[in-house]
Amino acid sequence: MYRAFLIKYAEIGIKGKNRYIFENILRDRIKAALDHVEGDFCVIKESGRIFVEAQTEFDYEETIDALQKVFGIWAICPTVVIEDKTWENIVNHVCDYVRQAYQGETFTFKVKAKRSDKSYPLTSPEICAKAGEAILERFPELTVNVREPQERIYIEVRGSAAYVYSKMIHGLGGMPVGSSGKAMLLLSGGIDSPVAGYMISKRGVEIDAVYFHAPPYTSDRAKQKVVDLAKKISVYTGKIHLYIINFTDIQMYIYEKCPHDELTIIMRRYMMRIAEHLAKSASCQGLITGESIGQVASQTMQSLLATNAVCTLPVYRPLIAFDKQDIVDIAERIDTYETSIQPFEDCCTIFVAKHPVTKPNINIIARHEGNLKEEIEEMVKKALDTVEMLEVTPEMEYGI
Amino acid sequence: MEEIYLDNSATTKPFASVCQIMMEIMETAYGNPSSMHKKGIKAEHYVHHASDQIAKTLKVSPKEIFYTSGGTESNNMALIGTALANKRMGSHIITTEIEHPSVHNPLLFLKEQGFELTFLPVDSFGHIKKEDLLNAIREDTILISIMYVNNEIGTLEPVAELAKAAKEKKPDIFVHSDAIQAYGKYQIYPKREGIDLLSISGHKIHGPKGIGALYISDKVKIKPILYGGGQQKGMRSGTENVSGIAGLGMAAEEIYQNYKEKIQELYEKKLYFIEQIVKIEGTTVNGVELEKGIQKVEETAPHIISVSFEGIKSEVLLHALEEKGIYVSSGASNHPKLSSTLKAIGVKRELMDATLRFSMSGDTTKQELDIVLETLKNLLPQLRRFVRN
Repeated sequence: MYRAFLIKYAEIGIKGKNRYIFENILRDRIKAALDHVEGDFCVIKESGRIFVEAQTEFDYEETIDALQKVFGIWAICPTVVIEDKTWENIVNHVCDYVRQAYQGETFTFKVKAKRSDKSYPLTSPEICAKAGEAILERFPELTVNVREPQERIYIEVRGSAAYVYSKMIHGLGGMPVGSSGKAMLLLSGGIDSPVAGYMISKRGVEIDAVYFHAPPYTSDRAKQKVVDLAKKISVYTGKIHLYIINFTDIQMYIYEKCPHDELTIIMRRYMMRIAEHLAKSASCQGLITGESIGQVASQTMQSLLATNAVCTLPVYRPLIAFDKQDIVDIAERIDTYETSIQPFEDCCTIFVAKHPVTKPNINIIARHEGNLKEEIEEMVKKALDTVEMLEVTPEMEYGI
Repeated sequence: MEEIYLDNSATTKPFASVCQIMMEIMETAYGNPSSMHKKGIKAEHYVHHASDQIAKTLKVSPKEIFYTSGGTESNNMALIGTALANKRMGSHIITTEIEHPSVHNPLLFLKEQGFELTFLPVDSFGHIKKEDLLNAIREDTILISIMYVNNEIGTLEPVAELAKAAKEKKPDIFVHSDAIQAYGKYQIYPKREGIDLLSISGHKIHGPKGIGALYISDKVKIKPILYGGGQQKGMRSGTENVSGIAGLGMAAEEIYQNYKEKIQELYEKKLYFIEQIVKIEGTTVNGVELEKGIQKVEETAPHIISVSFEGIKSEVLLHALEEKGIYVSSGASNHPKLSSTLKAIGVKRELMDATLRFSMSGDTTKQELDIVLETLKNLLPQLRRFVRN
């Protein structure tokens, strides 16, 4: 029955004179999302809305599913397209629509009409009145309520065709990716970091990611897990450049030279330094982490202060006040949870002290980092020089 | 970098003859053995030929060979099929604490269906005691399942002796043996050894993956676990995996060629490796009674060597070896946490997660073993510096 979708925007509707930029980005994101859906689609911007119209047979479920993963869409309205605009034909289609879409439900309704084809013989109020009448006649169980209807049935008569819709399917909201800038996500393979990347991306931010690999302490399967997670969030964020840093030497060196209870903090400070370096050369305006206050020893306020101190770029921590369960809920919704809980060691869990410091003193930490002076700069440089970069998209294939 | 593959208990590299016959079948003899035309007949011939090849190695009738999708299905079919077909005779099944999950888990399924299980304990070398088995046999015992060779530490169970004793006590008992790690390493003659059902797998003997066989003695009635078009006398429906079956047959034939020399060589290498590795500090070889003399090694399977390394996580050592082109398994080929054998033989908790399995094939050379030993000598002190506190 449906052949088109009317897309309602989220916040980009209030962007004033920049609005067309946001609209164009959203249109392009929708096009990209529909690229892999069965069917050909035409995506057009028209009088403050975006219309997606199928040009061929298409898979309805797949289409809705793809649109529900595009940031910036507030609602998707499945729409009937009526090419023959004679009034009799329109009325028949409207009634067919009511029968199929509501299948005998009883409700109160109101018809709303819009006529951009000003040559059409009926005016908007006339369309409303006549269509309402016809519906009542065909479905005596329904009643009209113009003040607080349960359902609003929209009829739009435009140049090429008439359109009927009433149902609204929720989109993700947020802003289209590419409308806000770019940030570097520290992606670990755990539950939190993919969710953090997803949330920042929802505000229109493009995402690149960095993973710290520590062979032989972390296996190629752990690395594959991170690639899989990046793939999963790239469904929402679009293409991700995933940087893989070999962190083993640095980690070992810290292990040798610094007190073991400060290992995690110092390690994280070096991760932040390296991530910032990559972020700057990839023209990112910030870093993203999945940290949440007090979740583990390295995420107390004191620890966050200590890791934050090495960065000049802002560090975005969208999960900072989230409970674990809230994070898990989102992870399940965006389908990263199952991947995240696969039991491969990551570089943060492999050398953990039994009792890591929970309230590190930033001056003491900095003093202990002094032990690393001789070689650490060289090691960081080497890690950056040997970085591996993968372009991750939802369609990325397994390397065989 | 030269690769040294010491994970032959996980899977083996197919023989060239296996690849060749499978290619030949896929390219030319792709018929369905059930088809009435000559393309079908040709395919059927390949299946019959494979049954002849396998039956010969076991000294059984080719009619007693049934094909499955692999060792797991063979074990499932043997256990579930026998239990369901003999429910009226009793509902008690005896097995061991160290079976592979593909025996253990179908038995747990049967338990849910109302069967009762007895798990026989093992000593610190993985052996079952005959008295334990005899004491466990009851009026209503219908089936005993004992693995031929343990997949984690290479223990050889005296299945023939156990089967004989069990059947003296209760003649109508059925004996199944999971011989997936033993076939190709031992001459197994089920009829002589009192084994009624025997599971084998293709890819552990340089055959293809996705194919296995179950020997079912003509005296045993079992119920199928797969239903459909009635192939393989209705015992295992589904179009035969002709290329896989032919590959399995070919592998079975080839692995038993010059069998005695090959096994002798494997034992020599195993002895050598063990002699050398115990010289390295902080290593223990599991499953071998070394204090009774190195010759005791020959009472275990010729290809499996399980070694615990004090103070090192097996996963880390495994990946460190991998970086040097050496491929091994941790504990069992599955996740170490699943290892029931190491626990059953009483390996210390901290060593369970510090155990590697080296498993050889006929292709393994002494030079390769020397490289592995040398690599271990270099890696161990390095890795032990970074023990997790």
